[in-house]
Amino acid sequence: MITKRIIPCLDVKDGRVVKGVNFEGLRDVSDPVALAAMYSEAGADELVFYDITASAEGRKLFTDILTRAAERIFIPLTVGGGISTVEDFDRVLKCGADKVSVNSGAIKNPSVINEAAEKYGNQCVVLSVDAKRVDGSYHVFLNGGRVDTGMDALEWIREGVSRGAGEIVLNSIDTDGVKQGFDLEMLAAVNALVKVPVIASGGAGSAEDFVKLFREIPDISAGLAASIFHFGEVKIDALKEKLFAEGIPVRLLRERQNV
Amino acid sequence: MIAIIDYGVGNLFSLTSSFREIGKEAVPTRDEKLIRTADRLILPGVGAFGDAARKLRESGMFDLVREEAERGKPVLGICLGMQLLFERSFEYGEYEGLGLVKGEVRPFEPLVGEKLDIPHIGWNALSFPKEREKSPVFCGIEEGDCVYFVHSYAGFDCDDSLIAWTEYGIPLTAAVQQENVYGMQFHPEKSGSIGLRILKNFAEL
Repeated sequence: MITKRIIPCLDVKDGRVVKGVNFEGLRDVSDPVALAAMYSEAGADELVFYDITASAEGRKLFTDILTRAAERIFIPLTVGGGISTVEDFDRVLKCGADKVSVNSGAIKNPSVINEAAEKYGNQCVVLSVDAKRVDGSYHVFLNGGRVDTGMDALEWIREGVSRGAGEIVLNSIDTDGVKQGFDLEMLAAVNALVKVPVIASGGAGSAEDFVKLFREIPDISAGLAASIFHFGEVKIDALKEKLFAEGIPVRLLRERQNV
Repeated sequence: MIAIIDYGVGNLFSLTSSFREIGKEAVPTRDEKLIRTADRLILPGVGAFGDAARKLRESGMFDLVREEAERGKPVLGICLGMQLLFERSFEYGEYEGLGLVKGEVRPFEPLVGEKLDIPHIGWNALSFPKEREKSPVFCGIEEGDCVYFVHSYAGFDCDDSLIAWTEYGIPLTAAVQQENVYGMQFHPEKSGSIGLRILKNFAEL
């Protein structure tokens, strides 16, 4: 039976992991490579590295960090942030990324999804969407939830999948940073819409929130979070033990020496 | 030395790093001499079967890999690389594979039911056929150990070549072996310590 994935997300700026509450007021947490290795050992099923640097030097530093992480960590790595062209896909895939997530770059140039899916396969293209409720529907937002594109999120996600996205990360701006649980209503709407795996993001504050997510939307593929893992509020090994105890299928680590 | 066949398909970074991690030398190459002298071959691959099979032929690797396998050299195909070992595939058409493993590659979407996502992405548990002895490549690996899968097509009708399967609505082929030729649908290089152990087993066959 396929297991539910627990995915820590590392927002990286100037070589360090940062994470803000509602995307504002960033706080420095730790060294990305050390943190990634720690998560992998604790049983994280996948890692996301999100590049939030704007400068060329910052970008170089990011790809160096990605390379060092990919040399040491043997679980899937997804990279996002600053991806707008197939050349951007090339750049991070060469540094050891397995999947690449596109967000605003795909809104500005949707055909990047088609081009990347054709070149690297659908499994490599993750469409990440920041969505928020506006007048009774879900709108796609840009710039960490500050700019309303006016686009309908459900339509955009449907289009993204038909263009070749192999996975969806749905980040609810309404619940992000609030730590009161995932946006189950929005997630259920998206999950019912598409056949590809949907990864829930935004709002997890406790292990119970993950239990609730997988209980109430049994088809959801994965739960993603950042600060609650970085600050140790939720420990990955304890979270997975809890999910297991609640009857939710998860991958548990077997202690292995001598590999 | 292990040669990782570089025919322009797939990400070789993780495979190379994985072997380095377990202290085995593995070199991405399309150099005929290196491939002939290597003691083991890895056939990687992602993307579509037809495109990969064409690139394998154009790079001259198709016949080379087949010859080396027929000479008894251990070969491990991973993900699409495993599918290429089969006789044929029905991914967007019909394409001939290397024919080193019995069976064919087909989409599993029509078989697994409405509820399950396609592609099959994530960590899923390995099971081993009861009627046969466990393959040496799974030495130290137990029923229920999870490995990382990403695929929409799978190997079917592999009969006695099946050495591991996983459950995704139906039993899906997880690994095959025909004498010295091994194939894994999952990514051992992305399957944490379990995956590294499997790669080490292959490197020490």
